[in-house]
Amino acid sequence: MTTYFQAYGTFAALLVLSIAFVAVAFGANRLLRPNRPTPGKLTTYESGMDPVGTTWSQTQIRYYVFAFLFVIFDVESVFLFPWALVFADIGVAAFWEMVVFIGVLAIGLLYAFKKGVLRWA
Amino acid sequence: MNGQEVAFLILAVIGGLAGLLVVTSRNVVHAALYLVVALASVAGVYLLLAAPFVAFVQVIIYVGAIVVLILFGIMLTRAPVGRRVLDNTLRARVGAFVVGAGVFIMFTVFLGGAFGDERIENQGATATEALGESLFRNYVLPFEAVSVLLLAALIGAIVLARRD
Repeated sequence: MTTYFQAYGTFAALLVLSIAFVAVAFGANRLLRPNRPTPGKLTTYESGMDPVGTTWSQTQIRYYVFAFLFVIFDVESVFLFPWALVFADIGVAAFWEMVVFIGVLAIGLLYAFKKGVLRWA
Repeated sequence: MNGQEVAFLILAVIGGLAGLLVVTSRNVVHAALYLVVALASVAGVYLLLAAPFVAFVQVIIYVGAIVVLILFGIMLTRAPVGRRVLDNTLRARVGAFVVGAGVFIMFTVFLGGAFGDERIENQGATATEALGESLFRNYVLPFEAVSVLLLAALIGAIVLARRD
């Protein structure tokens, strides 16, 4: 139990260190840099073009399908971690269990492909 | 106080503050980003409870995927995103307070009443291997059923999102 917390103690130290690194870098930047804003400097940089419209707008529903596909395969990937750990012990059965699991999800991907939601027309 | 309790206190304060900011933020996108902090601190609590797999699931699914879905949901709907601030009416605020306080009291009373005197001994970390063993040996059918559930959700989302 102690080693468990020690292992994550290293992780916690890394987390604190990385937050401190970003905070110090941006804090030092804020203290050292000159601050002379002009309207030109404050506009959004869009490849040298003047930005069109506002940054806040309704997005296309197509993006939602991509986000949802990501969620589905994210959930799938969660099951791959415990599976990878016991794969060698259980053997062929574990392999086919995962084949069925991914196969069922692949039907969904095939459906998405057939319906053309993966294509940007 | 031992290290575990100190860590819990820090996580509880961060998570609690982030949760408060989620509901008080006047910008709905900022609220979604504060939700990331709140959910991540919950993942930290899972780690403290010696459940590393649940903690990583929390990070991968909730911080990674669910927040993405929420952000897309915000961007798709005509929610008051951006400069237009949320102007919640007094009635909505009172209603939200009543519901929040009710859930809080219910949880503290019921959980306190059910497990208040119970002492859970340190059992060591739950090994992810043990979880995989039981999942892929004893609970194969429920595991495969999850794939069908995900398939249904995916097809449902595509049907809803398509115009024709």
